[in-house]
Amino acid sequence: MSQTFGVYGGRYVPETLIPALDELESAWASLRDDDSFRAELHHLLTTYAGRPTPLTRVERFAPDQRMYLKREDLMHTGAHKINNAVGQAVIAQRLGKKRIIAETGAGQHGVATATVCARFGLECIVYMGSEDMRRQAPNVERMGLLGAEVRPVEFGTRTLKEATSEAIRDWIANVDTTYYLIGSCVGPAPYPEIVRELQRVIGHEAREQILQVEGRLPETVVACVGGGSNAIGMFYDFVPDEDVRLIGVEAAGAASLGTGRPGVLHGARSSLLADEDGQIMDAHSISAGLDYPGVGPEHAYLRDTGRAEYVPCTDDEALAAFHRLCETEGIVPALESSHALARALDCGDELVVVCLSGRGDKDLAEVLNYKPGSQVEPGLGVST
Amino acid sequence: MKKLVVYLMAMPDTPKLVQAAVDAGADIVELGFPFSDPLADGPVIRRAGERALAAGMRTKRCLEVLAETRARVSVPLIVMTYSSIFDAYGWERLETDARSAGATSFIVVDLPADVRPELRRVQLVAPTSTDARLKLAAGSTDGWLYLVTVTGTTGARTELAPTLAPLAERTRAVTDVPLYAGFGISTPEHARAAAELVDGIAVGSRAVEAAEDGPAELARFVGSLRSALDAVAVA
Repeated sequence: MSQTFGVYGGRYVPETLIPALDELESAWASLRDDDSFRAELHHLLTTYAGRPTPLTRVERFAPDQRMYLKREDLMHTGAHKINNAVGQAVIAQRLGKKRIIAETGAGQHGVATATVCARFGLECIVYMGSEDMRRQAPNVERMGLLGAEVRPVEFGTRTLKEATSEAIRDWIANVDTTYYLIGSCVGPAPYPEIVRELQRVIGHEAREQILQVEGRLPETVVACVGGGSNAIGMFYDFVPDEDVRLIGVEAAGAASLGTGRPGVLHGARSSLLADEDGQIMDAHSISAGLDYPGVGPEHAYLRDTGRAEYVPCTDDEALAAFHRLCETEGIVPALESSHALARALDCGDELVVVCLSGRGDKDLAEVLNYKPGSQVEPGLGVST
Repeated sequence: MKKLVVYLMAMPDTPKLVQAAVDAGADIVELGFPFSDPLADGPVIRRAGERALAAGMRTKRCLEVLAETRARVSVPLIVMTYSSIFDAYGWERLETDARSAGATSFIVVDLPADVRPELRRVQLVAPTSTDARLKLAAGSTDGWLYLVTVTGTTGARTELAPTLAPLAERTRAVTDVPLYAGFGISTPEHARAAAELVDGIAVGSRAVEAAEDGPAELARFVGSLRSALDAVAVA
């Protein structure tokens, strides 16, 4: 197992955490090909979480293309996040950890983690920025119903960046008893690899499904990128298919890959929104799930090697795609996924598969309150 | 003599604060270069970092403050920061420029001992460190080894962590380098208790708070730690 992806990834964490990361890496190395682990995971994903998800043709949404949506919005808890949460909960159980911590932005990973903790009888603490708690109030209520404790993070940007830092600080303080169930393909090794492997099922199914229905591979695969877990899961099995374009769509105000520079955040080296001194900047997006100044190190690697391309999408464009999918197909997408829908429409290719990473119920208040053109530019990540 | 290490965040007025701390008995000073997302730090140093960045303490300005500090004191000055600061400035370039400005060594809190070993620095070990990692850190550390007393972030605690004694014992068994303990040491009582176990102590959050009240208050606080350590030395 490699801890890096080209010049990205690695482990930039305090010494306190290194033995726990070594333990996790060693457990993962034996579990990933272990038959009983794979069987337990498969059973949970199919009988509890809702796999496999369908591939839906959207003719009214995209009349000039043959566009298909990979329907992760139909998963239990409403997004792809449950794929990862189920898998890591099983790992935590095998490690004998009873206390689970997580960070959340949009609340989808927090809800998925709270859900699996309820299912397995594990203590669950979720760190969430207070600004995100305001934007995603229904998910805060859901986590409470599921028995999780949501701890507000009241400093800095009050969003996913600070929530992640606080989760890591909790882990440093409680590493002997606690499993950190990270929500995206970010963080110190081996997390980016574990999350990718647990999300790979998305692209694996989608590839088989499109071959079955169309008899050929798509020209283009599109997914939104915040931390990048649905995208890496969607892309990974298509990476060897060199003729398939892979397009990751970032929020224009949080384009860590499009406008970022190399830097170190939350335990890994990746492409970040940072200034020339290495200070992390604020991201801005209407979508809390994309509102993060970092990205998984493997995406930075795929960008540098040219295998995937990463393009921006503004709040206004995402909102337009959101409404269009609601009105033409009767599907309410998550704001995050709406970014991918917008770029899929104008990618210029005919046969396109889009990862519809989540459903939009959580976003209704934000959508109804939105004033077009209110997007702000990224700024320096320092409260003054 | 037990050694006293004092941490201060780099600010425009830090040179005179460092001088006050040294005059009051600090043997070594750690100078924090602020980072926007300090994972290993508790609220006091995190907020000090936020203030420093708001005051314009970017890497170049921090190096100027380091040089101004070096002009006033002759004790070892150790730059304490995070990987992101090095990565952006250039690892070798920051090492060179900081040494030119008077840095004696470095502490990079989120850089494990086996990563970038070419950067000569003071290594940290924690209660969770395995014996193999204690050896690794001790073998590559620059002058002394930093024992993190707690599994946790920086910040004052009400009592000295019970994890220090077994960590000191395990570390002593694998190395002869001086061992200085930090994280959570905030009072003369803690200092005295820790100094019974190790060769020196490092005080951060409480020193930063004292510095906020000016050089006189910092000197009073550092002086109280010095007296506590000297009481151990003569005992």
